[in-house]
Amino acid sequence: MPPQTSFQTKRSWRDLLFDARVRGWAAQVLTLAVLAYVVFFLASNAATNMRALGISSGFGFLGQEASFDISMTLVDYDLTDTHAKVFLVGALNTLLVSVLGILAATALGILIGIGRLSDNWLVAKLSLAYVEVFRNLPLLFQILFWYGLVLLWPKVRDSIAIGNSVFINNRGIEIPRLVFEEGSGLVGGALLIGLIVAYGVRRWAHRLHDQEGKTVPGLPLVMIAIAVGLPLLVALVLQFPWSYDLPVRKGFNYKGGISIPTSLVALWFSLTVYTGAFIAEIVRSGIAAVAPGQSEAAASLGLRSGMTMRLVVLPQALRVIVPPLISQYLNLTKNSSLAVAIGYPDLVNVFSGTSLNQTGQAIEVILMTMAFYLAISLTISLGMNIYNTRVAMKGGAPR
Amino acid sequence: MRYSSLAAALLMLVGLTLPASASTLEDVKGRGHLNCGVSTGLAGFALPSASGEWVGFDVDFCRAVAAAIFNDPSKVKFTPLTNKERFTALQSGEIDVLSRNTTWTMTRDMKLGLEFAGVNYYDGQGFLVPIALGVQSALELDGARVCVQTGTTTELNLADYFRGNNMEFESVVISTADDARTNYLAEACDVYTTDASGLAALRSTFPDPSAHIILPEIISKEPLGLIVRHGDNQWGDLVRWTLNAMINAEELGLTSQNVGEFEDDPSPKIRRLLGKEGDFGEQIGLDALWARHVIEHVGNYGEVFDRNLGKDSTLSLDRGLNALWSEGGILFAPPVR
Repeated sequence: MPPQTSFQTKRSWRDLLFDARVRGWAAQVLTLAVLAYVVFFLASNAATNMRALGISSGFGFLGQEASFDISMTLVDYDLTDTHAKVFLVGALNTLLVSVLGILAATALGILIGIGRLSDNWLVAKLSLAYVEVFRNLPLLFQILFWYGLVLLWPKVRDSIAIGNSVFINNRGIEIPRLVFEEGSGLVGGALLIGLIVAYGVRRWAHRLHDQEGKTVPGLPLVMIAIAVGLPLLVALVLQFPWSYDLPVRKGFNYKGGISIPTSLVALWFSLTVYTGAFIAEIVRSGIAAVAPGQSEAAASLGLRSGMTMRLVVLPQALRVIVPPLISQYLNLTKNSSLAVAIGYPDLVNVFSGTSLNQTGQAIEVILMTMAFYLAISLTISLGMNIYNTRVAMKGGAPR
Repeated sequence: MRYSSLAAALLMLVGLTLPASASTLEDVKGRGHLNCGVSTGLAGFALPSASGEWVGFDVDFCRAVAAAIFNDPSKVKFTPLTNKERFTALQSGEIDVLSRNTTWTMTRDMKLGLEFAGVNYYDGQGFLVPIALGVQSALELDGARVCVQTGTTTELNLADYFRGNNMEFESVVISTADDARTNYLAEACDVYTTDASGLAALRSTFPDPSAHIILPEIISKEPLGLIVRHGDNQWGDLVRWTLNAMINAEELGLTSQNVGEFEDDPSPKIRRLLGKEGDFGEQIGLDALWARHVIEHVGNYGEVFDRNLGKDSTLSLDRGLNALWSEGGILFAPPVR
């Protein structure tokens, strides 16, 4: 018996060596070890070299006063605030232009994408021309182009005035600011209640439709009437508890109101038209991916073309549209960092630009900026993936 | 195949761990040219000419260092850098010298791992405004929109000045002098601020320079200098003494035109500078004739100034502070001895 055991042991060693699973694991462990070593090596190399050159490191600089101005801030910021605050200001500005860009690019993309499939020759060809032009020009070039055009707007002393409340010049668009006074909270509350009630009515109407087959006539109008009417009524009773802070020409510039800098306008516009062209193609291909039999079947059931699009085609097209749409949203957010070319104070411009230069702590600043973009990208990805699982084809036969 | 690529990766790692050469001078000699960082384009300081050659005040100091090393001022590769990029380029070893109207400040000297090899231009920050604006003094600029370059001392001085005088301002932060020109001429900002020399340089490129004035207030001290990496003292000395040699040459009356005539001059100061006496070349790791090569190919400090910024240039700046100490300025180079 003993000889047999040793024979078996021998065999099992050889088996281990040629076992695909074991070899697979070994390769992975080895790869991970090499990767870990490379990361460790790069980090320690950087640390040693920085120490040798006398470059300071650490995150202490975040508590130091920034002492420079930022032209557009969504939160209160002054010259005595710290670099940590600069990070916040820059991050918010990046988020602002990204969110505005994503909303506008989606709307534009859907419009143009459907336009591409239009039976109207002119609409289809114009949409095609738009897509081909804006998709094929480098984004940086487009940003510079639109900003160059914006600079040709009237100079500040020749501002275009709309009424006496909106002024447009090549520095910005000056709009009135809403100042809330006592009682405006009640109006806000009424708006909230109105929205909740309107949503309730919608659910009730849907249940009615599902259970008894009855439709509520003019449901959208009823909902709007509730959501808008209620706060309007409260506002009327309280004699409109708000006022406007109007922009006024004073000295060199306009004071008061809200100033939307032209750099934001140009950046937002370029991101929108550029990404919109890609989204249009995604929407077009998504709709084209739905078998024509689907809309034919819908038509034969007596659905009108609008309903066919909304109830039959789009829900199926979304399954194709959403995954590539995620990439476009991520691209737009990352592309917003080109802001630096025209001086829009986004995160890359103020934090990994000015702060980096004034403190000299490149590695820390760049790491923080990278972490921010990564966090934003992963959040968008997560949100869109959740949405995707909701619209995705559920297993089994279509119900 | 797979094994060979793994081997290649390992070899690369080993290569990375080898220490970089400690001596910049050896690197430069081995490479056969100097890598010099200059501005992205500022008339008088660094600008590519019609024929594609870099010309300007900052450019000439790079050429002087190349002449000292190679006896050939053309052995320089110029890297145009924005304010934001300049220090990283130097720290990472992409360039050997930064000659890019950069202000010497304590933070930069201490925290960035840099070494200032000397001051080649004493400047101060000013404001450029269109005459049509009707402003006579910087103190009348309350509420103005100011164009300023990012990553500069200028940006901080601007904030300090307005804060100190209880004035408000709005900044338009741009990245190059060219962007400044575009925004300023479109009147997207009321004022442009940078070092007074930079203002004059930019103004000289305007369609109508006479419609713009530089306000009398100079709000800061801006000693602009040549910068090298911290830690290589030999290289720092070489750059520092190239600058000193050029200032000394002007003081001694040596120019690119007449330096040949001083071959047998008895003055010990001249003999030491031209390598006839002493071992100064050897001390900084160069040929005995290093200073002579600088003067011959590039000229003395005054020649470089006049040619690019002063009376022989379109800028026609005054020497002002940048005259020799003996002529009312503050240029006072340590002696070669």
